[in-house]
Amino acid sequence: MHIGIDVGGTNTDAVLMSGDTVLGSVKSPTTADVTRGVVAALEALARERPFDPEAVEAVMIGTTHFTNAVIEARGLAPTAAVRLGLPAAAGLPPLTDWPGRLRAAIGDHVYLCHGGHEFDGREISPLDTGELHRVADDLERKGVGTVALSSIFSPVNHEMELRAAALLTSRLPSLKVSLSHEIGRIGLLERENATIINASLLQVADRITGGFTAALKAAGLEAPLYLSQNDGTLMDAEFVRRYPVMTFAAGPTNSMRGAALLSDLADCVVVDVGGTTTDVGVIVSGFPRPATTEVDIGGVRTNFRMPDVMSVGIGGGSVVDLDGDRVEAGPRSVGFELSRRARVFGGDVLTATDLAVAGGLADLGDRGLVADLGEETVRRGLERITTRVAEIADMMRTSAEPIPAVLVGGGSVLLPDRLPGFDTVVRPDHFSVANAIGAAIAQVGGEVDKIVAVGRRSRKAIIEQAEGEAVEKAVLAGASPGSVRVVEVDEMPIAYLPGNSVRVRVKAVGDLRLRSGA
Amino acid sequence: MTGRIEIADLPDIARGAAILGTGGGGDPYLGRLLAERVLRERGPVPLVAPASVPDDAVVVLTGIMGAPTVIVEKPPAGPEFRNALESLQAVLGRPVTHVACLEAGGLNSMTPIVTAAETGLPLIDGDGMGRAFPELQMVLPTLDGISTGPMAMSDEKGNAVVLRTVDNGWSERLARSATTDMGCSASIALYPMNGAQARAALVPGTLGLARRLGEVVRRCRERHSDAAVAIAAEMGGVVLFTGKVTDVERRTEGGFARGEATLLGLGADDGARLTLSFQNEHLLARRDGRVIASVPDLICVLDADTGEPVTTEAMRYGFRVVILGLPCHPRWRSAAGLALVGPRYFGYDHDFVPVEGLLAP
Repeated sequence: MHIGIDVGGTNTDAVLMSGDTVLGSVKSPTTADVTRGVVAALEALARERPFDPEAVEAVMIGTTHFTNAVIEARGLAPTAAVRLGLPAAAGLPPLTDWPGRLRAAIGDHVYLCHGGHEFDGREISPLDTGELHRVADDLERKGVGTVALSSIFSPVNHEMELRAAALLTSRLPSLKVSLSHEIGRIGLLERENATIINASLLQVADRITGGFTAALKAAGLEAPLYLSQNDGTLMDAEFVRRYPVMTFAAGPTNSMRGAALLSDLADCVVVDVGGTTTDVGVIVSGFPRPATTEVDIGGVRTNFRMPDVMSVGIGGGSVVDLDGDRVEAGPRSVGFELSRRARVFGGDVLTATDLAVAGGLADLGDRGLVADLGEETVRRGLERITTRVAEIADMMRTSAEPIPAVLVGGGSVLLPDRLPGFDTVVRPDHFSVANAIGAAIAQVGGEVDKIVAVGRRSRKAIIEQAEGEAVEKAVLAGASPGSVRVVEVDEMPIAYLPGNSVRVRVKAVGDLRLRSGA
Repeated sequence: MTGRIEIADLPDIARGAAILGTGGGGDPYLGRLLAERVLRERGPVPLVAPASVPDDAVVVLTGIMGAPTVIVEKPPAGPEFRNALESLQAVLGRPVTHVACLEAGGLNSMTPIVTAAETGLPLIDGDGMGRAFPELQMVLPTLDGISTGPMAMSDEKGNAVVLRTVDNGWSERLARSATTDMGCSASIALYPMNGAQARAALVPGTLGLARRLGEVVRRCRERHSDAAVAIAAEMGGVVLFTGKVTDVERRTEGGFARGEATLLGLGADDGARLTLSFQNEHLLARRDGRVIASVPDLICVLDADTGEPVTTEAMRYGFRVVILGLPCHPRWRSAAGLALVGPRYFGYDHDFVPVEGLLAP
């Protein structure tokens, strides 16, 4: 057995699972104090479906805490950005394009040092140990305890990042260090940004994972704790303490993965209707299709792989406007106040949920309170919602081939069993807690991304080597060796580079090794 | 656009330059950050119209040569821009009076702003291409017999190389080798010419045009209106296609990233198929097998939702895009122009098809 928990802005959902089977599920309100909300959710789950805490093998949590800490510039540690690469890249020092508020939050400590590599592995300049000792002196004097280290072309050769980290920590043993080659891909500024964000979150990560661990203990659970990352795989608490930034955007990923599991579909369009918005994403071979553009987090450009999601401002709490014959829902929403302000709950705001109840799609609150709505108005309103969601869903399709649509999220009761443009519409059991179920899917992954000079080697040999490295990384991350498979291979020839260089990106994923030895 | 370039102008110019980059030319984002930093330190750059450049002026085109994939990992240091210009000046034996852009598209719309700011020279509102092209000889001055050389290049370490070559094709070849040794990125200063030559050979007004295009995209985004239609109107071009990318095939040939993207139509183009052929830049668009736009006309790919330009490297399965065809500078459509940059030069067995032809009934 294992437990999946999704700590959302409004609700904390928890599910108890055995393998891929949902044994029980609950929704409870999210609290300002993380630990309390998770404890409450676990207690509610135990009431709904009593279980033996000792039989729980793992607890998986998806959370937006880290993203919110950056967006709100709250609780971030003073962090120094140390870059190895002089004289190159001096025209664009670290933090160049950061919003002032975030820059101030981490203290604006920037160090440009010698080192780094060329695309072909030559050194740009040798590492200067004297320079790094001066950086250590300065960090000590300023009391900065966190460092983000980035070296030019470290995804190809990370040796200088390791050497510089060893030198700095030998001088300052309590220093927390994030290394860029472990965080991001080619693209110095974006990778460096992600590394700085990661480093600044290390303290928050200690606190949050500590809070979650305490919550599990309070519930009598001894099982290991895992958190969801943005590619739909898991990381253990120790990993989160080192790479908190990997939790970003886990929410939409989890709901899509949960939808895929519940519907047993490896390729589908997922429509997740929440209280305020509807998010539409696409599952390809069991994983969310990633977005390809640079991702902006709190105004900072990074090159994370985020799921490709289109959102529209329609949800269960959307405010409905009646204007003659026209009925329009959203983007305004009563949000978490739905159970107080919607008409069916005795409130005075006409919401999309009221239309669903009046139209017989949902059985919530008091249907008598919306009996005054004209049949025609209700029909038009629901039709309008369906049309707008279907338009977005259709845009997300990538071919004319038929692909099923899966409806999840508490607000999906707004939608009918048919969606224009889709032959098959699936509304799986437990659809309202798909995100917690997505968090509970026990898979871990490994990724390789590097530029390789093809030379005389065959294309096949290069890809096989990269695949081997990705599989090894997945096993190191906790995957059961026999279950690991390569889920994504991407090779991109590089313009103007000699010797036919290619950029190879491989992702491998396997089932989490559970205590019972899966 | 004349007067001066200030920091506030840069975002629009960069976005517009990415459109003129037709999928290549490197991401102007880095160039914008570089230029912002230099303008903050040194103040605005004076911008002059080509028509106002005196006969005896010494004009030099500048830019960065290198692999965009490398430049995003190893951005410039700063001093190499000035170093390239001063190395050229040393062999010319007289002071350079004006800087102009080698190309208007992509990263190199921004780097001459850095050179001008670092050297205190005025920048000409014009460029050698009116778009982006992958090779050094692909500029209108080549059609006028103006030589790339002497040409200077500098890396971030302080190395500088001066080339004197027998023709512009050789400059491309030798500069490419030196760039590789310099770590696949070099600042270059080339095509020294006098004012009269610059007035005749440069595509005028391209920085101003980039700024207007960038402004159009920004405004359309704010108003949620269609950027592609507005750009086509501004440029006298055509909205060729709206669709989803269903396949991208890439391969390396002769050091260039070549490939094809297949798109299936959406909305009014439902049921149609568009194939885009690219070599760093988009070069050919075929609708259901028929060529509807080709190099040197500009084939621009914009994100259907945001109007933001999409580079050939970023283009992937599932992208929803609008394809625009915009007319190139008329001199590119001459026999000599097409020999230098027409579809056949890039290995496509097709004649050039003017994009406005589609407007005819």
